[in-house]
Amino acid sequence: MKMNPGIPLLKVENLHKAFGKTKACHDISFELWPGEVLGIVGESGSGKSTLLRLIAGLLEPDKGTISYQQNSKLITLTDLDEPALRHLQRTEWGFVHQHPSDGLRMNVSAGANIGERLMANNWRHYGNIREKAQHWLKAVEIDPARIDDLPRTFSGGMQQRLQIARNLVTNPNLVFLDEPTGGLDVSVQAKLLDLLRGLVSNLGLSAIMVTHDLAVARLLSTRLIVMKQGEIIEHGLTDQVLEDPQAAYSQLLVSSVLQV
Amino acid sequence: MQERLKIKNLSKNFVLHTQNGAILNILNNVSLEVRDGEIVALCGPSGVGKSSLLKAVFGTYRISQGDLVINCGAKEIHLAKASPAEIIELRKHTIGYVSQFLRVIPRVPTIEIVANAAIEAGASSQQATEKAVALLEQLRIPKKLHTLSPLTFSGGEQQRVNIARAMSAPRPIMLFDEPTASLDPENKTTVLTMIAGLKKSGTAILGIFHDRNDREFLNAREVEMEKYKEPENA
Ligand SMILES: Nc1ncnc2c1ncn2[C@@H]1O[C@H](COP(=O)(O)OP(=O)(O)OP(=O)(O)O)[C@@H](O)[C@H]1O
Ligand SMILES: Nc1ncnc2c1ncn2[C@@H]1O[C@H](COP(=O)(O)OP(=O)(O)OP(=O)(O)O)[C@@H](O)[C@H]1O
Ligand SMILES: [Mg+2]
Ligand SMILES: [Mg+2]
Repeated sequence: MKMNPGIPLLKVENLHKAFGKTKACHDISFELWPGEVLGIVGESGSGKSTLLRLIAGLLEPDKGTISYQQNSKLITLTDLDEPALRHLQRTEWGFVHQHPSDGLRMNVSAGANIGERLMANNWRHYGNIREKAQHWLKAVEIDPARIDDLPRTFSGGMQQRLQIARNLVTNPNLVFLDEPTGGLDVSVQAKLLDLLRGLVSNLGLSAIMVTHDLAVARLLSTRLIVMKQGEIIEHGLTDQVLEDPQAAYSQLLVSSVLQV
Repeated sequence: MQERLKIKNLSKNFVLHTQNGAILNILNNVSLEVRDGEIVALCGPSGVGKSSLLKAVFGTYRISQGDLVINCGAKEIHLAKASPAEIIELRKHTIGYVSQFLRVIPRVPTIEIVANAAIEAGASSQQATEKAVALLEQLRIPKKLHTLSPLTFSGGEQQRVNIARAMSAPRPIMLFDEPTASLDPENKTTVLTMIAGLKKSGTAILGIFHDRNDREFLNAREVEMEKYKEPENA
């Protein structure tokens, strides 16, 4: 899909979400530009997953607006009806959940998990769907012979990769990645980084990626947001935030890892 | 020749919140210009702030005071107030930076890493690959290594891959942080000759070259950084 590079792909304004007394997200605003990978880092419980779920329409905000570029115009997502939002989620977006069980259908085969999104995108021919599913299993380094197995027979890391394949198979415009490389061993993690980077540079994929791994953020994201207690405490180019962090918490975060 | 880069009374300090709020004033009122077709070499002892100044020019270190004006042909960008989007544009078209360290996605072959730099700047994949092969050969990276990830290469090999990557898509302003530091004499001469070639084609170059002979070879204008240090009794 052609994107207008002159306006944001996504615009988040003054987003709020509380769970009881917990301010999970407090007054969050930022823009995502077409072709950009935005990284989100921050301590556990700082509201990163909540923010992703709010933006992707999986959770309703208490306050604030989210706009998304369609046909070169920004549309307000909260104005969309349920079917329109569902359609967007299945065709133009992808969501890789922190816990694979939230993003997979555990009672259908690996192939069906991938095929489901293709069918939502009007693929009808069984042979083509199966072939495409095999191609993507290979791309995430799962043996294609396991296409008919249930995801629950996969290891955690394999489930995570299946989830990624399921989401990327329809060439989405925008993917939300919640710890996409968490639980993966380093060599598979490297392969995924390369895969994602390739999609970003060849297909113009944009992404918002939550990660606790600053090295992953460094290699993949153009800009970085640092969250603490539901608020954005720092944002900037990834190299700026990692090499010249301004906020005390960002400095602590960067100085706590061995090497970035 | 055109002034391409103007640094005006630039100061940089770090506030170390995790270390009792210690303040380091590392650059103080730096002013210098770099013109097209000129090489300016930053000189001074270790820790004086040479690498930091390059990082400030590239936009990695935020400017505390003063400004840095970059002439992009059609317009001027004031780096001190530039938006992230403007800095991303600058890096795409105007400023290239060759750091001392190679930072790449694991498992990606060397040849792709070098070619991708040119593809990102608009070259076709075939053009970019041909140029990448030529550059790697010129820099004496054995053919056998081209299809391997550079992460397991020796320090000097990694440095040359970094240089090949920069040379595959040079920008009008190039920043070099000790580009020949871990190279043998033969490779050193190759790299210096490449940099001299950039200068001849009109590139504005700001760099750190430890060796006096290198600076002479490049006919570089030397800028002593010691005068920008924080006064001891401040
Ligand atoms: N459905 C919910 N009901 C109640 N509280 C919730 C709910 N979801 C999240 N929270 C709370 O909101 C805060 C933010 O949670 P969130 O999952 O967004 O954090 P996170 O930054 O993703 O953390 P982690 O890095 O551990 O995944 C936490 O205090 C959490 O306990
Ligand atoms: N991100 C940073 N945070 C805190 N201090 C920093 C940071 N970057 C640099 N410094 C400090 O600034 C001073 C200048 O460092 P810089 O790396 O610019 O020196 P240099 O002149 O390049 O030295 P060398 O010749 O050893 O490479 C040093 O004291 C260094 O510790
Ligand atoms: Mg989370
Ligand atoms: Mg240095």
